[in-house]
Amino acid sequence: MDILNALVAFANFVFVPGLAYGAQIALGALGATLIYGILRFSNFAHGDTMALGTTFAILVTWGFQALGITFGFLPTALLALPFAIIMTAAFVLGTDRVVYRFYRRQKAAPTILVIVSLGVMFIMNGLNRFIIGVGEINFADGARFVITAGDFRAMTGLTEGLAIKATQAITVVTAVIVVGLLFWFLQKTRTGKSMRAFSDNEDLALLSGINPDRVVQVTWIIAAGLATIAGVLYGLDKSFKAFTYFQLLLPIFAAAVVGGLGNPLGAIAGGFIVAFSEVMVTYAWKKVLTYLVPESMAPDGLVQLMSTDYKFAVSFTILIIVLLFLPTGIFKGKSA
Amino acid sequence: MSTRINANPNSRSRTLLLFGLVAALFIGTGFVQSWNSSLGILNMALISAIMAMGVNLQWGYAGLFNVGIMGFVALGGLAVVLTSSTPLPDAWRAGGPGIVAGLALGAATIGVAVALYKRLPKGRLRTVVMLAVLVGGFFAYRAVFDPAVAAVEANNPAAHGNIGGLGLPVLLAWPMGGLLAAAAAWAIGKTALGLRSDYLAIATLGIAEIIIAVMKNEDWLARGVKNLIGLPRPVPYEVDLQKDADFLARAADWGVDPVTTSSIVVKLSYAGLFAAVLVAIVVLSELALKSPWGRMMRAIRDNEVSAEAMGKDVTRRHLQIFILGSAIVGIAGAMMTTLDGQLTPGTYNPLRFTFLVWVMVIVGGSGNNLGAVLGGFLIWWLWVMVEPIGLLLMDGITAGMADGSWLKAHLQDAAAHMRLLTMGIVLLLVLRFSPRGLIPEK
Amino acid sequence: MAEPFLIGENMTGGYGAVDILHGCTLAVEKGEIAVIVGPNGAGKSTAMKAVFGMLKLRGGAVRLAGEDITTLTPQARVAKGMAFVPQTQNIFTTMTVEENLEMGAFLRRDDIKGTMAQVYDLFPILKTKRYQAAGELSGGQRQQVAVGRALMTQPKVLMLDEPTAGVSPIVMDELFDRIIEVARTGISILMVEQNARQALEIAHKGYVLVQGSNRFTDTGQALMADPEVRRSFLGG
Repeated sequence: MDILNALVAFANFVFVPGLAYGAQIALGALGATLIYGILRFSNFAHGDTMALGTTFAILVTWGFQALGITFGFLPTALLALPFAIIMTAAFVLGTDRVVYRFYRRQKAAPTILVIVSLGVMFIMNGLNRFIIGVGEINFADGARFVITAGDFRAMTGLTEGLAIKATQAITVVTAVIVVGLLFWFLQKTRTGKSMRAFSDNEDLALLSGINPDRVVQVTWIIAAGLATIAGVLYGLDKSFKAFTYFQLLLPIFAAAVVGGLGNPLGAIAGGFIVAFSEVMVTYAWKKVLTYLVPESMAPDGLVQLMSTDYKFAVSFTILIIVLLFLPTGIFKGKSA
Repeated sequence: MSTRINANPNSRSRTLLLFGLVAALFIGTGFVQSWNSSLGILNMALISAIMAMGVNLQWGYAGLFNVGIMGFVALGGLAVVLTSSTPLPDAWRAGGPGIVAGLALGAATIGVAVALYKRLPKGRLRTVVMLAVLVGGFFAYRAVFDPAVAAVEANNPAAHGNIGGLGLPVLLAWPMGGLLAAAAAWAIGKTALGLRSDYLAIATLGIAEIIIAVMKNEDWLARGVKNLIGLPRPVPYEVDLQKDADFLARAADWGVDPVTTSSIVVKLSYAGLFAAVLVAIVVLSELALKSPWGRMMRAIRDNEVSAEAMGKDVTRRHLQIFILGSAIVGIAGAMMTTLDGQLTPGTYNPLRFTFLVWVMVIVGGSGNNLGAVLGGFLIWWLWVMVEPIGLLLMDGITAGMADGSWLKAHLQDAAAHMRLLTMGIVLLLVLRFSPRGLIPEK
Repeated sequence: MAEPFLIGENMTGGYGAVDILHGCTLAVEKGEIAVIVGPNGAGKSTAMKAVFGMLKLRGGAVRLAGEDITTLTPQARVAKGMAFVPQTQNIFTTMTVEENLEMGAFLRRDDIKGTMAQVYDLFPILKTKRYQAAGELSGGQRQQVAVGRALMTQPKVLMLDEPTAGVSPIVMDELFDRIIEVARTGISILMVEQNARQALEIAHKGYVLVQGSNRFTDTGQALMADPEVRRSFLGG
């Protein structure tokens, strides 16, 4: 029995990666859930919004790098983030003005809006390929590690090392700041409260003189910001590839639905539930178990419940279980 | 409605005109490019039209929002491999029974868990028992399944490593594709059809990804990403034709190049087969639509609540149409794999196999079979031709730029990505200005 | 006689092709209570919505303090000093009581603390529950939140669509008391009521609508005394 080493191995391969991935999914799900709460449709273009935002961030990053501007030990992309958010927000507001507003005024059914979002998804996807291509792009610079496995071993004298990548730390810190700001905005500001009011009861919000166009615009801006941040953090942590971002739609929707569509707090919880389940189900537990059981019982196989290629199956299974047994999500969402 | 009985002459001429336009596109391609490529596009267009019919059945007739089309297309392709690829007795002996037993065990576990959920009273006991059954069943399944898979995959991995097929004629694989897709649709429909429409969309999106993941990773099934090539064809091979004395004599008679002609003959044979399937499906769908069953379907679609109040079993009807539509997509998927002669799970992409089919249905006109067919032809043609047209356009734009300039190279590369952009714009334009499609529902 | 403060005159219209209102007239004086009663389907709520601009009129006009507001949107009417409490879904259930009141005052840019204090004086229970989600309150308390939200704009006219629907008789009496208090501060009140007898007791003016037109119009007292009204609409 070697609980300490087992814990470190667990932290290194499950907890830390799960935390970072969970934060990324949560930020993505927050954007999707806000759109659902205010505009009342599932935005299938959200994954591609994340990709487009990241593309903008990469372009600005390259620009900064060409000018010799860096951000010290932090990735230059963080410096580029505000610019990328502005560009993405402008783009998304443009799509609202040109595309969605028409259907909103018609009071179109949610399914029609979903199909419309498919069209927007195609355009964003194409545009993104047009701008930056389909290849894999690594744009992380700055320090690589907060702590390396070797340092950790030297420090603690344990056999197992705990490596924390700089991008993982940045993800978690950024996510905490962003979520804090978002909740402050929703709970304390007049505009934020009007968004919650609109999401809660649209007719009454109109009777109270809340301007729907303004609420919708602010929502798009926030969603674009969240999508860009989520996309950049994911890209820094792993790498950027437009198609992967499209596929993130599934865990993001799973997270939003698990937490209760339209409920921001739920989206965050959902993000971590989905991320940790995915990591835990696809992790080979052999290493951790070897430390925990007597040598004679050490497992032969990898003790992996499912191959990593089936990570979508995890999001999906959680989604189906929640939809069948708790249709409004763990936290109450709008879905009656 | 009376308009359905005396079909509006205006709408009929519009339909004719639109189909004439599409025909002109294909004929034009034949003249401008080559008949070979025109027929190549036509063959995939026929398959696309069938896929669009499947989606139209679900969305246009019943309002089911299925964005898992890709999964059913892939299952159709899998059916071709399992039905008509060469049998591998060694592989089967090594692990066949084990795999079947493992899968049966897995299915039984789920079956028992569902039965327990339905029988046992609600409470902690039920949760514990169900969990125990599921976890125990999972490990039992892995214990039986894993060694069998390893044994099969060890069988000549360079060339096979899969379980092999039944060696049956490939035309038989098409209905098999439909059956396989139908079986999957039954399982999916049983769990997910009660969900609200956008949840169904998210669920089906996920299922399609899972089906592709299984086909990519379960090498024993169809060699995964190593692909399975050399599937049998229902039509002669070009090389065989070129050796055939009769064929050569005829080509000489007509004064045409035997190589090109052999390829055209093969494509025409495919086109004939595909067109026969398409016509059969269109006729059957039209008959179904005009039957009491079809009228009930549309009544349900237009007002689920009142249909339910009138005693219609909405969920059951939805399940029926979900299975039927998916089966049609599965047939099309099998046809596509037959046409390709190989199964390449790595190339299935939801944009191409799910959302593009949706564009076909919406653009063509949901709720109208001819509309779906038209959408299939038109959008597929556009999908293929946008690239050369885009390249032509970019050549024009960049003509003034210096050779080797960064922007010029980038723009010319980017022409390849015009497709998605164009599809998005076409979809949005149709939704905005002709929301019921080019040939609206009657 | 001078024109009433708010008047919907000769209103004709409906939601679709069929008219529900046929030349219906409703009016209320400053600081008075006008009550609309009538059988189910008489168009009471529709008439109210017409006054508030939630329904397009094909004929007639709505005037507030002499100004023609027939073509204004409901939102614009809020800005003109009208407030409306719908019959159902009239609060933000996921928001606290205080946030509900703040949202009521959304259009105001001045200090709302005074008005909020007045609302809390009127409905003391709300003050004790100010940080609780409005959806967690009892039916009567929710109606208080709904009325409070509407009062936050400092309206000149308060329109209530069946404020006592689904609340107990005791709560109903209390709500009516509060409504009288509100009227005393100079706010005109126009309301639709199912509980015709109790409502007419506090009404300065009563309207009995039948099939979208005025059947009887008089003071609340006179209507209560009218044997025909009593027989047909007040259950004897």
